[in-house]
Amino acid sequence: MSADVELSDVSVTFGSFYAAKNVNVKVNGGEFFSFLGPSGCGKTTLLRAISGFQEPSEGKVLIDNKDMSGIGPNKRPTALIFQNLALFPLMSVSENIAFSLEVRGVSKEERKKRADELLELIALEGQGDKKVHQLSGGQKQRVAIARALAVEPKVLLLDEPLSALDLKLRQRMRTELREIQKRVNITFIYITHDQGEALTMSDRIAVMNEGELEQIGKCDEVYNNPLTPFVATFVGENNPLYGKVTGIEGDKAKIETADGQYLATMNESKKLNIGDESIAFVRPESLFIPRDGDNFDNKIDVNIESFEFEGNLKNFYASLKSGAKIKFSVPNAIDTSSITSGSSIVLGFESSKSVILPKASLAID
Amino acid sequence: MNNFLFTQPFFKKNGKAVAIYFLVAIIFWFVFLVIIPQFYMLDLSFRTNVPPLARGGPEDYYTFEHYSHFIFGSKTATDAFNFVDLGVFGRTIFVSMLVTIANLLFCYPIAFYIAKIANPSTARLLIVSLIIPFWINELLRSFALRILFANEGVINNFLTGVGLLDQGILFITYDIGLYTGLIYAYILLMMFPLYNAIESLDINQIEAAKDLGSSSFRTHWRIVIPHAKPGIVSGCTMVFMLTVGALATPVVLSSPNTLWFPQLIYQWFNMNDNWSRGSAYSIILLIVSVIFVLTMMRIFKVRIGEIIK
Repeated sequence: MSADVELSDVSVTFGSFYAAKNVNVKVNGGEFFSFLGPSGCGKTTLLRAISGFQEPSEGKVLIDNKDMSGIGPNKRPTALIFQNLALFPLMSVSENIAFSLEVRGVSKEERKKRADELLELIALEGQGDKKVHQLSGGQKQRVAIARALAVEPKVLLLDEPLSALDLKLRQRMRTELREIQKRVNITFIYITHDQGEALTMSDRIAVMNEGELEQIGKCDEVYNNPLTPFVATFVGENNPLYGKVTGIEGDKAKIETADGQYLATMNESKKLNIGDESIAFVRPESLFIPRDGDNFDNKIDVNIESFEFEGNLKNFYASLKSGAKIKFSVPNAIDTSSITSGSSIVLGFESSKSVILPKASLAID
Repeated sequence: MNNFLFTQPFFKKNGKAVAIYFLVAIIFWFVFLVIIPQFYMLDLSFRTNVPPLARGGPEDYYTFEHYSHFIFGSKTATDAFNFVDLGVFGRTIFVSMLVTIANLLFCYPIAFYIAKIANPSTARLLIVSLIIPFWINELLRSFALRILFANEGVINNFLTGVGLLDQGILFITYDIGLYTGLIYAYILLMMFPLYNAIESLDINQIEAAKDLGSSSFRTHWRIVIPHAKPGIVSGCTMVFMLTVGALATPVVLSSPNTLWFPQLIYQWFNMNDNWSRGSAYSIILLIVSVIFVLTMMRIFKVRIGEIIK
């Protein structure tokens, strides 16, 4: 059983500070939905508003079209997984998992049965009598999920639960979370500042900045067609090229920068006019070193400053004539041994792989 | 030998001077202020009560008479048991237990409020207002309560003055003043261990319980109280021990008809000039209180290490 969650004009204020401002979003039943944003952007506040720990100052939270105002966290069909998991250290694993049943007066045998079922779901069969501190990080994670699922909530809320894990485990838990969500088929609302997590797990994501929603959409949509410079630079990496619009050709706009003219694609909802201050964005992986026969819409002269080896990619840091910095990545499979610090080369990129947006502040500012 | 001592981690960590100071201070405290007086009392409690000049003489010998006096009374008494002293003792232990429980019930909500609900500035204000009255000496605080509770005292005058009562309540006669005074006397020793224990609980634990559907009561019962157990036991132990041994408050506040056990001890020492019997009574109080506390710890499954944390 899953439920829709709708935030309708939700604002949360602390004094004169808006932790969340006019947030409108509808999460569909059974969806894996992520709120993505830097720390302090208000995403945790929204989660607390959905779970009932924080009443919105304005607006409404609706779960299954039912207004949740005045309904406490212990009465909502939601379960929250805390950032530090908040497992009960003085209880055994089974007691933790069955706690929500215990408080509802479910009999001991029934509780044991359900705990065993859930232990099986999280692949921890037979470990119910252990104490929480005897478990590894990933196991604790799974126990927290099982505990939240014990009463069959309609919505599971997750507050950056993977942030304390090391990289490998985090990557494995992403897959596991996604699998568990498919199996139990309930709505997952996930909070994270890690765009990798959000992109790999979610059906849709909402990008937040300073309490406001910047963009809601499918992962590839948000990545490929960011609506604001903030989204362009927060979700994945992006090189900004600042300039003025000098020409419009269909859905493309020509931008004049200090280093030359480039052609980039406009977003349907963010049409530009000639003379507008704007930014064209091109991602590090969309910048290519042209080979014979390649013909790119845009060419850009750069001077290599330094590079780093990331494993699958080699990242180059270069400067343009005007002093602007640019980063590009080349798959490790391509031989780049001739390019070293100080080399001057020409890069190419396709206008279809570059978006142009009205000027606004970036995530990295 | 010297070298061996100075290469110990304790010396390396603290430096020679500080380490020697610690050692000397602790040994002095333990030997001179704890062991020697207690052993002296223990020894005295098994000796006949003779004037100092007769010490070591034929009349000074070891005997159980003071302990048997506590249980069976004087040799000339007609009762089978010393009902008076046993009664005072039993009442002291029993009332101290109630005082401890009352203290716990009273302090727990306040400690929880200060630790987890109040914002930092309110919490500070509350802690300060808890502490300030204790800048005043215990005896003076007891007298202040006496003024409040006296038959013609502030409370009775107020109640009769506004016409709520025709006649004042006999707070002192019925020992209500004493119980209030005892509860109040050591309240901080319950408050602070409780506060510290609750304060260290991760607020997410409480929220997680709530989110999982737990009522407030159950959250306290299953999450907060188990976490705070060492603090609860530590507070209860201190309050119980000090209440059982309280002297100033009972002297000022108890009704003329009743005695608190330490008052009895005081009488043997100072009024009847029988230090041996006073010592015996002190040892009895000490041992019974310790056994009582250890039993409670056993029942509530707390280890001594947890308490001193």
